[in-house]
Amino acid sequence: MNIYYKKYIAYLFLFPALVLLGIFFFIPFFQTFVISLKDYSTDIYNPAFAGLRNYAVLLHSKEFYTALTNTFLFLILVVPFLSIFPLIVAIFINGKIRGVSLYKVLIYLPVVVSIVVVAIAFKWLYAQEGILNYFLQLINISPIGWLTDTRFAMLSVAIVTIYKGIGYYMMIYLSALIGVPKDLYEAAEVDGANEFFKHLTVTIPHLMPTIALVVTVSSISALKVFAEIYVMTKGGPLNSTKTIVYYIYERAFENLDLSMASCASVVLLILILVFSIINITFFENKRYKL
Amino acid sequence: MIRKFIKGFSSHTFLILMSFLSLFPFLWLTSTALKGMDENIFQYPPYFLPRDLTFANFIQVWKQIPFLTYFFNSFIVAAFTVILNLVFSSLAAYPLARMEFKGKKVVFSLILSTIMIPFQAIMLPVYLIVLKLHMVDSYGCVPGYLGLILPFAVNAFGIFLMRQAFLSVPKEMEEAAFIDGCSLFNIWRKILLPMTSPTLAVLAIFTFIGSWGEFLWPSIVLTKKTLYTLPVGVNDLQGMFSANWRLIAAGSIISIIPIIIFFIIMQKYFVSGQNEGAVKG
Repeated sequence: MNIYYKKYIAYLFLFPALVLLGIFFFIPFFQTFVISLKDYSTDIYNPAFAGLRNYAVLLHSKEFYTALTNTFLFLILVVPFLSIFPLIVAIFINGKIRGVSLYKVLIYLPVVVSIVVVAIAFKWLYAQEGILNYFLQLINISPIGWLTDTRFAMLSVAIVTIYKGIGYYMMIYLSALIGVPKDLYEAAEVDGANEFFKHLTVTIPHLMPTIALVVTVSSISALKVFAEIYVMTKGGPLNSTKTIVYYIYERAFENLDLSMASCASVVLLILILVFSIINITFFENKRYKL
Repeated sequence: MIRKFIKGFSSHTFLILMSFLSLFPFLWLTSTALKGMDENIFQYPPYFLPRDLTFANFIQVWKQIPFLTYFFNSFIVAAFTVILNLVFSSLAAYPLARMEFKGKKVVFSLILSTIMIPFQAIMLPVYLIVLKLHMVDSYGCVPGYLGLILPFAVNAFGIFLMRQAFLSVPKEMEEAAFIDGCSLFNIWRKILLPMTSPTLAVLAIFTFIGSWGEFLWPSIVLTKKTLYTLPVGVNDLQGMFSANWRLIAAGSIISIIPIIIFFIIMQKYFVSGQNEGAVKG
């Protein structure tokens, strides 16, 4: 049987959530587009309608292109590593050995610590006369400016993001590994497959959907990177770590250039939309089906 | 037998190395914070154990930085964000899981669409709205807290997580309660919420961690140090002590103590695989 109730009751339950989502998601979402079409440079209180002119300016801005390429460079540095390495860690942890829960806790620890502290800790490791440069010196490499050399700064930031992400994606892989049928491993063993081959032929194919999910999820969070950059480099040196979100932040809250900030936000929205749609339609469709 | 031993040995070696790397940045920070003024923290080769072990750096940074205020602010913001998320997400999830009503498809897709809107892309208008609603710290403490809490008081991930949980509760109990004259609100409160308490716990813990570590939004809206949350306060250490790494390190270590304790107490929720549903972009 079905439960009968007055139809409007559903909306009473939905009301608080819808109001908040309206105020803090939908209205700002539409405002982003509206602001991006206005010119605030002459009068910030009475902006004139500018049409698509702002977008033309943005797309001709060298700084924005730098931010865009930096963001994709960051994504390429971070995503492959975060999609593969945590899986390897998860396979080791899943190998039924002692002390597993301690390993899990220690490897997961960086996930719960604020990114600000993690970034500060790495800034200290990266110091010019710091410990990492000492290790380099041990293997006869002269000290590098981890955060001060335009060639290395983005890599150094990416290392921090990777460090903080490993535990998180490891847990996603661990819960997926539980679902791999055990008899397949036994069958592979009977066929004489070694450890490496067993995982290559059984684990990887079974985890393909999870790997794909991790790729999209980590791509989305790579596109949104901000805190590590703000704490460690402020977008420098010479814009070499300036990403889209940092660009938006700078335009909006330091230069009060609302139009450019909003145009760049629209670009970010579109980029993330692509990854989100892939994610929702292919990998998480079960949860998001009515 | 030998093969098994080698396998176990290599697993342990790898995982010990991973655990060590995971702890190393914090250990090195602690070591630096414990080194006395006469020690050269830039010395080559670096050494780990302080020769002139001292808590002076911790004491000095504790005196100069209002950590208790930062803890309190972070706690208020995180606690209310968690409570509001639990209540609003589970309220909204109930009709989405159990009722047929006009406009359900529209509401469902609207909520789903917010998953695709990253906060970073709308933060400027959100800031303008918060300003317009007078929810910033220049209007006082409570408005300041509201501005930090309300934009994150509900999100689609939480709603869908709770909806999934409600869908897995058998319908028969609700129907029996309904026949006995139980109101829908009481069905939600007395049947659905208790039956889904593990999911509520997962949602609470991950919302708490997220709110506790949030940096971007508080650094935009906060202007008064009395309302600084921990991440904003810790980032501020860099400016306050310019290159005095002993003090920056000591302050950073102090700041992570509460969350480490929380993590150790709640560890089973983090590493038991229950967080599968809490995947967030």
